[in-house]
Amino acid sequence: MSHSQEGHPKFLQHHFSDVEQQRESAKLGMWVFLVTEILLFGGLFVFYAIYRAWYPDMFHNAHLALDVAMGTTNTIVLITSSVTIALGIRSIQLDRQKDTIWYLFATLLLAGTFMVIKYFEYMHKIHLGQLPGEWYHFDGIEGNNPHVFFSAYFLMTGLHGIHVLIGMGLITWLIFRTKAGHFSSKYYTHIEMTGLYWHLVDLIWIFLFPLFYLIG
Amino acid sequence: MNKIPETHYLNAKKGIWSWLTTVDHKRIGILYLFSVMFFFFVGGMFALMLRLELLTPTEMYIDSDTYNQMFTLHGAIMIFLFIIPAIPAILGNFVLPIMIGAKDVAFPRLNLLSWYIYIVGALFAVFSLVSGGADTGWTFYTPYSTTTSTAVISIVLGAFILGFSSIFTGLNFIVTVHKLRSPGMTWFKMPLFVWGMYATALIQVLATPVLGITLVLLIIERLIGIGIFDPAMGGDPVLFQHFFWFYSHPAVYIMILPGMAIISELITAHSHKKIFGYKAVAYSSLGIAFASFIVWGHHMFTSGQSELAAMIFSFLTFFVAIPSGVKVFNWVATLYKSSISFSTPMLYTLSFLFLFSIGGLTGIFLGALPVDIHLHDTYFIVAHFHYVMVGGTVIAFLGGLHHWWPKMWGRMYNETLGKISCLLIFVGFNMTFFTQFIMGSQGMPRRYHLYVDAYRPFHAFSTYGSWVMAAGFFLMAYYLIHSLFKGKPAGNNPWGALTHEWSITSPPPEHNFEEIPITEHGPYDYDKIVAKSTLVEN
Amino acid sequence: MSEHTNTGHKEHILPLSLYLGIGSMLLVLTAVTVWVSFFDFGEFNLVVAMIIAASKASLVALFFMHLKYDNKLYAIIFVSSLLFLAVFIIITMFDTLRRDDVYIEKSGPIQKQSLMYDSLKTHSDSTTVVDSLQVKEDTTTVDLNK
Repeated sequence: MSHSQEGHPKFLQHHFSDVEQQRESAKLGMWVFLVTEILLFGGLFVFYAIYRAWYPDMFHNAHLALDVAMGTTNTIVLITSSVTIALGIRSIQLDRQKDTIWYLFATLLLAGTFMVIKYFEYMHKIHLGQLPGEWYHFDGIEGNNPHVFFSAYFLMTGLHGIHVLIGMGLITWLIFRTKAGHFSSKYYTHIEMTGLYWHLVDLIWIFLFPLFYLIG
Repeated sequence: MNKIPETHYLNAKKGIWSWLTTVDHKRIGILYLFSVMFFFFVGGMFALMLRLELLTPTEMYIDSDTYNQMFTLHGAIMIFLFIIPAIPAILGNFVLPIMIGAKDVAFPRLNLLSWYIYIVGALFAVFSLVSGGADTGWTFYTPYSTTTSTAVISIVLGAFILGFSSIFTGLNFIVTVHKLRSPGMTWFKMPLFVWGMYATALIQVLATPVLGITLVLLIIERLIGIGIFDPAMGGDPVLFQHFFWFYSHPAVYIMILPGMAIISELITAHSHKKIFGYKAVAYSSLGIAFASFIVWGHHMFTSGQSELAAMIFSFLTFFVAIPSGVKVFNWVATLYKSSISFSTPMLYTLSFLFLFSIGGLTGIFLGALPVDIHLHDTYFIVAHFHYVMVGGTVIAFLGGLHHWWPKMWGRMYNETLGKISCLLIFVGFNMTFFTQFIMGSQGMPRRYHLYVDAYRPFHAFSTYGSWVMAAGFFLMAYYLIHSLFKGKPAGNNPWGALTHEWSITSPPPEHNFEEIPITEHGPYDYDKIVAKSTLVEN
Repeated sequence: MSEHTNTGHKEHILPLSLYLGIGSMLLVLTAVTVWVSFFDFGEFNLVVAMIIAASKASLVALFFMHLKYDNKLYAIIFVSSLLFLAVFIIITMFDTLRRDDVYIEKSGPIQKQSLMYDSLKTHSDSTTVVDSLQVKEDTTTVDLNK
């Protein structure tokens, strides 16, 4: 690695010797961060697995209370948003800033749709009293301790929802920065990192969907 | 006569603001040094008060509730605020980038953020302290932690926030080690300290998020009663222990691995001999990191987990002994026929070898299922983990602090006082905790405020030992602070060591290196190169 | 290395058709997973659902997250996180599913009938520390400070 002194781009931090090193470092850092995210959610997946193994029938009965149509819609929405953000990154790689902004905007819109649908699902459950723990007051589900299912449901989709909201914040910030002309095919680390984050959020939903909505 | 360089990282920028906004890894290390040592002092004061109270079998000057809160705070502060950040955040931040020939860590701003997060987490812990304290023990076991009326939430939230600080430090180190090594610094030319920090960082990023989610669940359970750890609602309190120890057992290695990393460095530098079995020591760090993830259930032998799980965990636990043994044997083999200089860091290293061996071997007793049933929750456990955590990590940390102190400040401490203080700590430590092995094997349960008269001589002796240890620490505080102002200039390389940090001035310049150094020799090639010590004899 | 060549990431620019193709495959798999959930495979319901979810996840990771084209280190990091998660789940289940190996009444979660738990509940306001929470099915180990 030669120490290129000529024409340091202004986004290159002093302790990196070249752009490539800085970019690779950011990417590695992001992947390590994604690992922490996976294990954060992982704790809840363990919790889900253990209680489902203890109460298989109750989980089956309780999952019928969830709306498959809404869940499927949300899955489609989130997958589409994953495609749009990936295309946004592709556009910036090709120096098409305008397209990037549109793709990011579409992603934002889809994420918003996801949250709106989630909101209606939540309100419906809160209304019926299908709530975690001692707040549970619904009696249409057979089996022991159906509130445990809703504990898992609200915790996991809730944590996921928080991640979607954070992602929406990041994407909004990216739209402004792209508009301000901060990114180009030479430097788009922030968009790439947010993209990775967004795909992970999508990835987690891909597992949450069958685990909650489609228990056979 | 050595001279302190005109400009260095300490005086390159001036004013308190330049410190609070610094992104220099060395300055962040110093920020951590002062904040972590402050909490070490607080935690140590709790320890002394506990020991004083235990001087007599009856209530002496604090009541049982206060006692419970005090040992909780002692444990929580020492673990989350002192021992986990101590070595990575202070010494790791300071020397790791220099060791691999980098100008800074990969993400300097994240590094500063981690310090601020540490401070915020610490404030929550302090808030818990002033608002009545928690009395659950540092393990926050349910169902007690969800039912007690004390300030559990703030201290748990504090621990949760501190977790992020730890994750960010670990993430930074992983990327730094992968991407910022200078030309010629191959993986197997890295100093073993870097290997140790790397293994630690792996555990930090893999395990800490699980603690995060566990503590969130605990807070939610306590706040709104979702009942997942509550048997009355179909929940399972033992599950909390699984969650907690899936982090906290690896966390034990977040504490000891950096200690081992320091010892590998110190033992070669102060015996001027190439490390015996470099690769074995390097790989054993990764081995320990991996093994740490599959043994957590040995904390739960009497908690009601299945007999099968207990047997599996007991069996797996023995595997941890292998890489640890590899390390100890290699260190001892390094000493063989070397030219040992009995400097203060070396005395700490030798203390470490002695104390860690006791701590590690008693760990094997405890990992054996049938023995543990007898010894569980007695003072034997208390003695075991203090031997590993204090006798291992803290002693190694102090050794490392003395080793790199001249590099941090450019000045030497008083060697004679250093040796006396090391001796006091060593003797005091053994008085305090070896007694507890005996007490524990005779059945004295841990965490008890009042005890039967038969244990009185042991408890009294243990308390006397704590005073000797405290004297050692206060002496150390005195001469280290004194050295900041009056210490002799140390020169670039007081120990005649070969790693990169000793080739630059003490204190180092603001950006470490003018030109990124090219690594030509291994970190421990004492057989090929003789680096002269710049230390002037007092 | 000059920053203008950017050889490192030119190759990551994948054709539009690939993104759209992967996107539609994901949508098709979503339809499939909903569709198969109407059939009962008994114990294999979960397995089938998880296989489909895993294939979807692999598509996202390999193509959208560029794992297929990037440095293999990222893939190793990603997979190892799943490995550790698997260790966590599997070993914990050695406990939770096998509690009744010796005593049948220990099966499942800790029972609310546990004497230990009851006595703890009643003492909860007196802030006495129970020396580690050992929940056993037949004895009460609450040994309050005497």
